[in-house]
Amino acid sequence: MLTKPALTPAQRDDLRSFAAMIIPDSAEYKVPGADDPKIQADILATLGRDTEPVREALDHLARLAGQPLAGLDPARRETVAKEFRNSGGAATATLIRVVLQCYYRDDRVLRSLGLELRPPFPEGYTLEQGDWSLLDPVKARPAMWRRVP
Amino acid sequence: MNEAVDVLIIGAGASGAAVAWSLAETKMHILCLDQGGWMNPAAYPSRGRDWEARFFGDYSPSPNIRARPEDYPINDDNSPIKVVNFNGVGGSTVMYTAHFPRLHPSDFKVKTLDGVADDWPIDYDTLAPFFAENDRMMGVSGLSGDPAFPPTEPPMPPLPLGRSGAALGKAMNKLGWHWWPSDTTVATTDYEGRARCINLGHCTPACAQGAKASTDITYWPAALRAGVELRTHCRVREITTNEHGMASGVVYYDKDGVEQFQGAEVVIIACNGIGTPRLLLNSASGRFPNGLANSSGLVGKNLMFHPYAQVYGFVEEVTDSNRAPPICLWSKEFYETDLSRGFVRGYAFQFGRGAGPVMEAVMSEAKGILPWGAAHHAVFRRLNGHRLQLSAICEDLPEEHNRVTLDPHLKDIHGIPAPKVDYTIGENSAKMMEHGVARAKEVLAAAGATDICVNCPILYGGWHLLGTARMGTDPERSVVNEWGRSHDVKNLFIVDGSVFVTSGGVNPTSTIQAIALYIADQMKSRLANLFD
Repeated sequence: MLTKPALTPAQRDDLRSFAAMIIPDSAEYKVPGADDPKIQADILATLGRDTEPVREALDHLARLAGQPLAGLDPARRETVAKEFRNSGGAATATLIRVVLQCYYRDDRVLRSLGLELRPPFPEGYTLEQGDWSLLDPVKARPAMWRRVP
Repeated sequence: MNEAVDVLIIGAGASGAAVAWSLAETKMHILCLDQGGWMNPAAYPSRGRDWEARFFGDYSPSPNIRARPEDYPINDDNSPIKVVNFNGVGGSTVMYTAHFPRLHPSDFKVKTLDGVADDWPIDYDTLAPFFAENDRMMGVSGLSGDPAFPPTEPPMPPLPLGRSGAALGKAMNKLGWHWWPSDTTVATTDYEGRARCINLGHCTPACAQGAKASTDITYWPAALRAGVELRTHCRVREITTNEHGMASGVVYYDKDGVEQFQGAEVVIIACNGIGTPRLLLNSASGRFPNGLANSSGLVGKNLMFHPYAQVYGFVEEVTDSNRAPPICLWSKEFYETDLSRGFVRGYAFQFGRGAGPVMEAVMSEAKGILPWGAAHHAVFRRLNGHRLQLSAICEDLPEEHNRVTLDPHLKDIHGIPAPKVDYTIGENSAKMMEHGVARAKEVLAAAGATDICVNCPILYGGWHLLGTARMGTDPERSVVNEWGRSHDVKNLFIVDGSVFVTSGGVNPTSTIQAIALYIADQMKSRLANLFD
């Protein structure tokens, strides 16, 4: 049985255009934009409990734009996006967070940031001791806790 | 029909586990009911590439967002601070930062010292042996010799300072202010079957390594070995009473949703400062029309949260970010009362090492310091891995209008009325937060940080749920006596953060557990006349 896609084609188009406005690709840093097909696929595949607020946000965006976001001229698109950011409330915040959380776990992006492509467990990380002599002046202080009767 | 037990404990979290373990030596038939189940470390977030995203979903600290079957909804719309907790075996010790300070001696005498609120009926010296016992059971790492606190002997050495701790320590030294490596329940050595910390970093939503102490891996294995029975996925609806006004047992829903009765000679509540008043109010009856143990009218009142004032910034050097336990230091420079500051009581600072890339992006975008468009990449690289942060954890004074009641409409999946929180930040707390923000900015300036941001209060910062069934010697001004027994119902005890008289200005788990051990000790020493 086919399941209904989380977002309509029009919503997916607007999501892609909006994501590219937040994070465009960069030749300098050798990273894709957030409209990259792999990142978009990750967003759609993992929407889960965020589906409803994301739909709500995209509906709000569509109302503000009046037409597909990609069809607006750049200046108008900027204006709509700003208004969307300012007026969209929790649903817009969820949409932006969903874009960011999928973007910043993409292998190409993490590689560009110099981060390892793995979860924290089981390898963990190394934490340097730091300079414990910094604590010497604090150790030299007299007791400062308040005595009680 | 369930066989009646000697002692029934409701809640398997920080305090329920401690009291179960301590009472086990009596060889009484002890049963604990918990609304959640055992945790599965194989499913913890830090094992997957989506480790940060899960913080916004099934491992959100908010029960309203997380909405697991174990959770119950909380109406906190009328509060600037939202309740956060975790439900399951281990309770909120599964999901906490493991920062483990104790209340100070002065915290127990606020009326005497500062003329506000009330003194506790117990003091620090009474609890001291139980703090030490709890440190051994939970496994605390720390450094002796803090001049801001009476002597302690943590069983393990402290966490490394790391880059973030050193940078913050250097800044504090420039200002001449107190700081110290935090006591933490993150094991720095192999300890009692737990593996040492390997710096997974994403500690708060449960530790896949098992290095962070949660009671499902500390107290509970010992309690079960000693014969305590733990029944999971059992949500208690109400405590029943008999014709003598004594607790007779509880009505609960089992894992299949079937209503059950469990009789008991003694009932101990360990459901935290929200869950405990909810249960007492839901246990109203003809004999106790205003809720059980509520002749004082104080059940649910005097809710204290600890408003957090968080300030952070970004330095040029690389910090530890997400590659280490999140909290490294504390400061008690502004902990004790100094009236020249414009408020009574005080706050501790807790210092954070940083954040992971997703968290950094989400938080910085929301604050408006991470732009959209072409500039995004360069700015993100300047911010990510360069964060230093600190939070003033402010003492909240008890105010009766800050309260937990029953929501007239909202219910959990079993149809049990949910709690409703009405809370405002008091004037004294607000002044304290303002002071904390100003001092925190000075610290960050001394560290050379820029792009300073403030969260005051932290919206999802209602970790510490205190004061809603306070202890005291006067039955008209308290819910339980000085050893945790209800004034009204002589075989009913409360051992969680509800019994706090005042909040202090530090994370309360260590003190909650010390109180639970103390109450258990009192019960053991009074077994022959427990109900007199």
